[in-house]
Amino acid sequence: MNTIKQEMRKKRIETFWKSFRSSSMGMIGAVILIFFIVISIFGPLFFPFNPLEFGEPGNVLQPPGDSHLLGTDNLGRDIFSNLLAGGRVSLMVGLLATVISMFLGTAIGVVSGFIGSKTDMILMRLTDFFLVLPWLPLVLVLAAILGTSIWNIILVIGLTSWAGTARVVRSQTLSLKERPFIERIRSIGADDTTIIIRHILPNVFPLVFANTILITAVAILSETTLSFLGLGDTTRSSWGMMLHYAFQSGAASSGAYWFFLPPGICVVLVVLAFTFLGYAFDEMMNPKLKRR
Amino acid sequence: MKKLYVLKKILQSLLTIFFVLIFNYFLFRIMPGDPLAMIMRNPRASAEAIEKTKELFGLGEAWYMQFLIYLQNLFQGDFGLSFIYKKDVLEVIWDKILPTVIMVGLAQILAILIGVLLGVIAAWKRGTKIDVIALSFSLITYSMPTFWLGIILISIFSIGLGLFPTSGMLTPGKTFLSTLDMIRDGTLHLVLPVLTLSLVLIGEYALTMRNTLLDVLTEDYMTTVRAKGFDDNYILKKHAVPNAMLPMITIIAINLGLTIGGAIQVETIFSWPGLGRLMYEALNGRDYPLLQGIFLLITISVILANLIADITYSYLDPRVKS
Repeated sequence: MNTIKQEMRKKRIETFWKSFRSSSMGMIGAVILIFFIVISIFGPLFFPFNPLEFGEPGNVLQPPGDSHLLGTDNLGRDIFSNLLAGGRVSLMVGLLATVISMFLGTAIGVVSGFIGSKTDMILMRLTDFFLVLPWLPLVLVLAAILGTSIWNIILVIGLTSWAGTARVVRSQTLSLKERPFIERIRSIGADDTTIIIRHILPNVFPLVFANTILITAVAILSETTLSFLGLGDTTRSSWGMMLHYAFQSGAASSGAYWFFLPPGICVVLVVLAFTFLGYAFDEMMNPKLKRR
Repeated sequence: MKKLYVLKKILQSLLTIFFVLIFNYFLFRIMPGDPLAMIMRNPRASAEAIEKTKELFGLGEAWYMQFLIYLQNLFQGDFGLSFIYKKDVLEVIWDKILPTVIMVGLAQILAILIGVLLGVIAAWKRGTKIDVIALSFSLITYSMPTFWLGIILISIFSIGLGLFPTSGMLTPGKTFLSTLDMIRDGTLHLVLPVLTLSLVLIGEYALTMRNTLLDVLTEDYMTTVRAKGFDDNYILKKHAVPNAMLPMITIIAINLGLTIGGAIQVETIFSWPGLGRLMYEALNGRDYPLLQGIFLLITISVILANLIADITYSYLDPRVKS
């Protein structure tokens, strides 16, 4: 029994890999992402400077040169070191916020679709509520009230971004619930919890996955925007905080391109990588798209 | 039947607005410790503003009375005193609405026109170079922080080429010789903010238009039209695009939330004297009464816009039943 299962799993992964490789978008996304993951993990080991350490007064806003690879910012901090440290924060915020959002969205969607009736109605009104609220103003207000630490930012983004996932999971659960195999499992005595965990969840997971990757992109973008607008964690260097300092010190007017270009380019690349991956997975797993 | 559907939608929206009011009530009172402690610690808050806030919060009353007082004040348009401006919140907000409507409105129109066109071309020429370029452009602008795009445009067009002013709505301190002169100055100030916001939106609209058009093209009725022998151009103009345009109504309404998010960033970058800039000021000055007022105004507008879109859609698409 077990070997057949393993065999099937192996085959599934092979087909997945094959169709993934044929998508150039997915491959580009994967390569960019792996690059950033590697430098976020190992980069800080090779910091040329402490990213948060202020430089000498004469060493402020230095253009790229020999001692500072990408120059220094308005307080003399090394841009390159900050860039390496910032990747960690962005990826961490993106991934943790996504985990919260994925967990909430899947739980609410499955419960809503599976139980139905009044529970479904209440949960779906809640979902609609979060879907219709303008997201950035909501996140900004929450962050301003809860206070600016990286954990609050993660929490706020995670708690406000699950509604789309819940919708997708609910409709998938509704259609799965009516399939004959669920009825058969139920007739041999499986209870609801078993059905949800063993049979519904594995079947909704592919859709959740594609949806989730896009949420990661949005989460990273939001952390950048929050930090830029002055709600970031000042005790850490992140790409958003770098852009915040750049804007506050008028880097655009003074022509300090090395100050505001690199962090922005990094954000665009990482977000683009997640967006590309999300599109590639959606293209592969959404049966409606295959028809076209 | 349609009337019933419309009525249901209106009731749902009212319910959502009521949720927003409750949510907002708790939101601005969950601050750690004494709800007023945070506000009192704000150095900008004048004694008068604190007194006023205490009164609005209904301090000393039972919790349900506090909630009723809160509702009563809202319906009377009393949001308290702004800490920063030391004026009535509604009065502060009122002056900022028009600049935002002008900027966002122009950006929306521009983005819809170009986005739809780009999406149609991309879908029609699916898989060609044009499609790849349109798709990459859309995804890249989608992945770009709006404020960063604004900074780049400033450094190229204002600082580098000196074509447009960097900030504000009119050149400060300038005396205008005529109305035309003033309009010219205002237009120059508008170009970059509108361009930034629309660039971000174009990608979004182009992607949606491309996807819906691709869906429409696989519908059975498209095969029927083809079988009748009409040429491609006619089919695209008369049958495919009109049908694909319908979902755009919903997308534009749903996107309004996103647009407002973009407007906050654009107005901050360009010091555009609108609601977004005001929200930025309220956030950084921790001006809670003002923040609450703007948040309520924005959320309720978005809910109403969605309601209007739903109703319009139901009249335009006969497939929507109650």
